[in-house]
Amino acid sequence: MTQLVLFNVFNGLIVGAFYALMALGLSLILNLSGVINFAHGGFLALGGYIAFTLVPYVGFWGGLVLAPVLTALIGLLLEKVLIRRLYGRDPLYSLLLTFGLAYILEDATRYIWGARSLPYEVPSWLNYSLSPGLFFLTGYRLFMVALVAAAVAGLFALLKYTRLGMRIRAGTLDLETVSVLGVNVRILRNVNFGLGIYLAGIAGVLAAGMLGLQPTIGASLIMPSFVAIIVGGLGSLPGTLLGGLLIGVASGVTAVFAPSGTEAVIYVIMAIVLLVRPRGLLGEEGRV
Amino acid sequence: MINAARRFWPTVTVCLILLAMPYWMPLFGGYTELSTRILVLGLAAMALNFLLGFTGVLSFGHAAYFGLGAYGVGMAIKYLGTGTVSAIAVGTCAGTLAAALVGRLIVHLRGVYFAMVTIAFGQVFYFIAFRWNSVTGGDDGLTGWRRVPLDFGIAKLDILAGDKSFYYLVLVVFLAAAAAMAALIRSPFGRTLVAIRENERRARFLGIDVERHMWFSFVISSLFVSIAGSLFALLNNFVDPRVLRWDLSGSFVIMAVLGGMRSFWGPLVGAAVFVVLQDYVSSKTENWMSFVGLFFVLVVLFFPRGLLGLLRRRSSHESA
Repeated sequence: MTQLVLFNVFNGLIVGAFYALMALGLSLILNLSGVINFAHGGFLALGGYIAFTLVPYVGFWGGLVLAPVLTALIGLLLEKVLIRRLYGRDPLYSLLLTFGLAYILEDATRYIWGARSLPYEVPSWLNYSLSPGLFFLTGYRLFMVALVAAAVAGLFALLKYTRLGMRIRAGTLDLETVSVLGVNVRILRNVNFGLGIYLAGIAGVLAAGMLGLQPTIGASLIMPSFVAIIVGGLGSLPGTLLGGLLIGVASGVTAVFAPSGTEAVIYVIMAIVLLVRPRGLLGEEGRV
Repeated sequence: MINAARRFWPTVTVCLILLAMPYWMPLFGGYTELSTRILVLGLAAMALNFLLGFTGVLSFGHAAYFGLGAYGVGMAIKYLGTGTVSAIAVGTCAGTLAAALVGRLIVHLRGVYFAMVTIAFGQVFYFIAFRWNSVTGGDDGLTGWRRVPLDFGIAKLDILAGDKSFYYLVLVVFLAAAAAMAALIRSPFGRTLVAIRENERRARFLGIDVERHMWFSFVISSLFVSIAGSLFALLNNFVDPRVLRWDLSGSFVIMAVLGGMRSFWGPLVGAAVFVVLQDYVSSKTENWMSFVGLFFVLVVLFFPRGLLGLLRRRSSHESA
């Protein structure tokens, strides 16, 4: 029993790490540009599929490095051509546009790579179980957690210590002033969008290794990411991280006791948070 | 006087077009069921627009209440053996109650945050329907029930076999719902909603309880959406979890935007265009998702004010 609970807590933690990685990208874009990027799941799938195509040529590691970058480039392009036009308008329009993009991305992956589930090979030395008692601790899962942790640490370091990060943080608070101070806001938003998509790309490659690839892989991860942002608190990246891990572990634990409630439980948590603390766990006052 | 005429003629035109729809639709290659679908989804889009266009609140999760209405009907007929009319009542109650509960939790949120929370809450009901196999039929949907012929005592209306008689039943419900919404919009309550849309802070200063009004608006809008959902279930004689999913919510929003959020009949026009286009495209190609997605993008880029908004702007240019 203990082992079962441990297994599911750990599983939940991994799933939560995914949610968090997705949600952090969403949050970055939402905070600076006020756009809910519905197509985020589509970019995640794209990241996984691009890696799948690249792996035969550049190997697992090459795919892991290159695919998120390529995905981010596609993101930069789409921001430049489409999403940029909607900044400053009613959020309704960006929501609808990215909604349409999500459709197009999902259909495009289905068209290019087929609707069937594709296996994604990970290096065999990563697939070993670390100890016979804790059979679920495969190397790949630990590796995933480590990589997500590294990506999150990298993101927070970037935001805290670099000039770009400082500008993004400042822009989140008051974009107009940042613009007046001589920062090119168009480029800032563009780069920030790319950064968010880059995170989705990493999540995509990792998810491919764990779950295999399906065109709907992104659509199934986007809703929990929304919940992670709401639970964590709008405008707070640490909150988003916490929210993602929390709902991941919660659905992992629920899987032990009531398997059919694994999806519903995260919405229950969201309802409770909204009832008790409407701005989210770490959300700032007045940003709702 | 001029105002009254401006309201009168569009309404008469719409009524005439709808009354004759089953008869002219086949001329353009359509069929009666398609007409009924336009009415049902049009009602859903108009109900959403009560909130979106006339209160200025963006809900991206209305499929939840639409779907609850649909499941309410299916379950009432299947498990309780009720007639068609009481089934519609059950479905409508289910959707409205859920909306009242969810609405209470979220009315103090605004803008993007509100939209996001409505999307997320919509998914709860989807997962319940998806997972609760024994009652809802899970992913396969709720089958084994059909709409029940209406029995008025003196006369029977066979809405099961007769496509057209079902269409006219839906039309009656549709027109009643539309009239109720129009009356609400023109009432002092509706005017207050528009005031909140235009300037929430000022409305608050005038002593209006903004949260309460938004909650009412949310519940009323969901009430009409669940009526539409009930009709949708009857139309298909079938319900599956897709009627609860977020992509349908998005479709309602795009119908409202495409037709014109600022006009009363706009969403119906948007729904008609959307339904016909989807019917056509999905019969021609497997990649209909790309077309629908492209459609969303094009509407946002080129018709943000909607078709009727476009017409209105043109006519106001002419008169000026």
